[in-house]
Amino acid sequence: MSSSKSEAAAKPSNLISGDTGDWEVVIGLEVHAQVASNAKLFSGASTEYGAEPNSHVSLVDAAMPGMLPVINRECVAQAIRTGLGLNAQVNLKSIFDRKNYFYPDLPQGYQISQYKQPVVGEGKIEIDVDGEALTVGVERLHLEQDAGKSLHDQHPDYSYVDLNRSGVALMEIVSKPDMRSAKQAQAYVTKLRTILRYLGTCDGDMEKGNLRADVNVSVRKPGTELGTRCEIKNVNSIRFIGQAIEVEARRQIEIIEDGGKIDQETRLFDPARGETRSMRSKEEAHDYRYFPDPDLLPLELKQDYVDGLQQHLPELPDEKRSRFMKDFGLSAYDANVLVAERPSADYFEQVAQGRDGKLAANWVINELFGRLNKEGKDIAASPMSADQLGSIVDLISSNAISGKIAKDLFEIVWSEGGDPATIVEARGMKQVTDTGALEKAVDDIIAANPDKVEQAKAKPSMLGWFVGQVMKGTGGKANPAAVNEILKQKLGI
Amino acid sequence: MTDLTKLTLSQARDGLVAKKFSARELTDSFLTAIDKGNAALNAYVLPTPEHARAQADESDKRLKSGNARPLEGLPLGNKDLFCTNGIRTTACSKILGNFVPAYESTVGQNLWNAGGVMLGKLNNDEFAMGSSNETSAFGNVVSPWRRIGKNGKPSTDKLVPGGSSGGSSAAVAADLCLAATATDTGGSIRQPAALTGTVGIKPTYGRCSRWGIVAFASSLDQAGPITKTVRDAAMMLKVMAGHDAKDSTSVDMPVPDYEAVLGKGVKGLRVGVPNEYRVDGMSAEVQKLWDDGIAWLKAAGATIHDISLPHTKYALPAYYIVAPAEASSNLARYDGMRYGLRVNGSNLTETYEQTRAEGFGKEVRRRILIGTYVLSAGYYDAYYLKAQKVRTLIKRDFDDAWNTVDVMLTPTTPSPAFAAGEKSGDPLAMYLEDIFTVTVNMAGLPGISVPAGLSSQGTPLGLQLIGKPFDEETLFRTAQVIEDAAGRFAVPDRWWIKG
Repeated sequence: MSSSKSEAAAKPSNLISGDTGDWEVVIGLEVHAQVASNAKLFSGASTEYGAEPNSHVSLVDAAMPGMLPVINRECVAQAIRTGLGLNAQVNLKSIFDRKNYFYPDLPQGYQISQYKQPVVGEGKIEIDVDGEALTVGVERLHLEQDAGKSLHDQHPDYSYVDLNRSGVALMEIVSKPDMRSAKQAQAYVTKLRTILRYLGTCDGDMEKGNLRADVNVSVRKPGTELGTRCEIKNVNSIRFIGQAIEVEARRQIEIIEDGGKIDQETRLFDPARGETRSMRSKEEAHDYRYFPDPDLLPLELKQDYVDGLQQHLPELPDEKRSRFMKDFGLSAYDANVLVAERPSADYFEQVAQGRDGKLAANWVINELFGRLNKEGKDIAASPMSADQLGSIVDLISSNAISGKIAKDLFEIVWSEGGDPATIVEARGMKQVTDTGALEKAVDDIIAANPDKVEQAKAKPSMLGWFVGQVMKGTGGKANPAAVNEILKQKLGI
Repeated sequence: MTDLTKLTLSQARDGLVAKKFSARELTDSFLTAIDKGNAALNAYVLPTPEHARAQADESDKRLKSGNARPLEGLPLGNKDLFCTNGIRTTACSKILGNFVPAYESTVGQNLWNAGGVMLGKLNNDEFAMGSSNETSAFGNVVSPWRRIGKNGKPSTDKLVPGGSSGGSSAAVAADLCLAATATDTGGSIRQPAALTGTVGIKPTYGRCSRWGIVAFASSLDQAGPITKTVRDAAMMLKVMAGHDAKDSTSVDMPVPDYEAVLGKGVKGLRVGVPNEYRVDGMSAEVQKLWDDGIAWLKAAGATIHDISLPHTKYALPAYYIVAPAEASSNLARYDGMRYGLRVNGSNLTETYEQTRAEGFGKEVRRRILIGTYVLSAGYYDAYYLKAQKVRTLIKRDFDDAWNTVDVMLTPTTPSPAFAAGEKSGDPLAMYLEDIFTVTVNMAGLPGISVPAGLSSQGTPLGLQLIGKPFDEETLFRTAQVIEDAAGRFAVPDRWWIKG
């Protein structure tokens, strides 16, 4: 972990207080993101999740004698798209190396990875923590093969191996040690995940292990040299990343304050016990004997090809947020909420298209998201389409229905479906704005309540009582503003 | 009927087409020869007679209906490094045990698709590591050639057939097949060809697919044929070569009709003679052989040019870093987990150690250790990286030389065949067998060995021609001139046939 070029002064809010004063935690992340692709990195076997053990294994994946890897071009394209999405340098020449070690779930006896010359170089990710913006540097992105899975709980004497994952393409995305708090690290992973999902290059499903992180943590007194780091392997949820950093930073501070020193080592986070524990020390580290894989030619790309991928890159969350703020007049907060997931943003945009953006955002965020959250549903599973919600927004904008009726209408469309405009017509929910009809209703109330009329003339705030009566009389369908106007006129106040 | 096993590949092809004999008769002649002769030579580790007869019968049908393919009905041997679908493949190592692949190598498939008949799997040095076929788990291969003693009688010393394709060279020289597949990482086609009076060509790296061939050193391994004549080699390579999408290092270039260039001669061809190949300890008879070659080519109208390949002396040491490094990684898959031998220990590490200690022979273990060492942290730059730089310089030497010459002529080996045991205790002496051949692999160039004479003891010697990348055609037409001038060298006596 090398120190960043420009070190900003440590922020007091990020510091951890110890017995000997304040400490700063320094965090770098290596995120392993499974490339979204139908086939593996170097074989045609399927990458489908949850299949029977060893049912998606080609001769190459099982490392049969004489088998050779052939690069899956789509995986390369996905890595380049990701690099472009991280504003990173795409290297037109990169090399696949062999990382040699023995383990039963590694059939070749080596992992094909990129060591000295990765496909993507330096980039950056903008994050936002409690309204504060921060740029986290990306050191590199490289492609590599996943290993298989060892199953130790299937037989009393033997371990079993499932090679379905063996050879699946991973992108290892290495950050610079630019983060200074667990929250920042969580925001980084969240943002990275959002970008990957926007790009369609990784589904970001952490439960399936499709996105996992190795977390490098060290502590130091603010302004001093970097401390010795420990690497916490394979943390598989954003919550655990936060917890792991916090307990590891505490552990290191306690050791140093007790006069000890930190050993560089690989550790594992145990969420049940809320602690990290040693996996292997530096001395036990493997000598991976990296060397260029002679079965593969250097990966050479044409600038035109990269440019073509760049042209077809989707709009990314940062750009989308700015556009939403500019085009729809949204607040930064609302825009952030909407762009966090591409399907939500797309949904909103469909609702907002040709309509009042702020009104659309209100309905999407407050009503729709609220309702989805309550029912634990994903936007993709929303019973209400963007067109349906848009139609509700239209009915509100044209004063066809009141805000109160709109909420009733939302309920009906949510649970029963159907075209909102038709429902409004059929069920007589339309707001009465016809002046003639409203005047008649007002006249009726005035005629029936001469005493109230007198009171109102003396006390104009009594107007509210009349509005209420008219609304009651029309079953809530009267346009309150119109009723107000007519009443003022008729009562002469 | 004459002895069909004495035919060359092209003669047999013509005989089949002319219906002088059937494919089945031809195959049966070879099966009989194997039956009677293999015990003494140990060229085949697994004859496959039923498989051969079935293929031959199919060929007869095609020959009858006039649908003959280029190698229709021609009986071939297949080096045990080539994976064969449904037929045991071991690379002549204990570690593969009774491994039966569920796939056929691309080169093998090309041969069978062209009508070739597989007689069986041929012996080789374990994982192709050796120059004498003494490292095979199935035992030595014995050359059909014998030295003539001072008394004028054949010596009983068992000569080596070269290696690693010793089964291939011995089987072709002893008429146990018409032609054979082979592989060449540092000389494993050309050196055994030279030691047995046969023709062997290692094509340009990338010309033949490596898919389905047990890997030794991926950046150096190439398949090629060992045959009785230059024409036969042209016939074989035409079928074996070609682009294969399953091998990223295979090259997508059309494969010329190599037979068509035979007989075009060498008039005006610029032949380079590299100074650096005049090494210490080269015997006078090898020097004379080289001079003969020069004279034959000159007489046929070629011009001879002294050239320099200054980095030649670094080729062998660099080769013995690069090849073991790649091998140490390529052989990591033989871990006892999925196929082949497993020796169970009390834990995982012990299982790995015992399996690999028992499964690999001494020479393979030696190279794995060398390879592991040169790739280790702290040694990588000094060994592997430096060796790769040497390799670049060797390539540059050749690139420069091609400005002034079209082909190069050298001896294939510094000396004729030696007896089993003579060098097996001295790895360095054994490694020197490759001194004239490794540079060609390091530079990825094509090289052919052609029989050119006999030593004072009556054993064969070969000359090597080195060509420009993908210019195998020039090698074939030049080799034909040498073959025409030198004549063919058949083993004088079939002492190995029993009964």
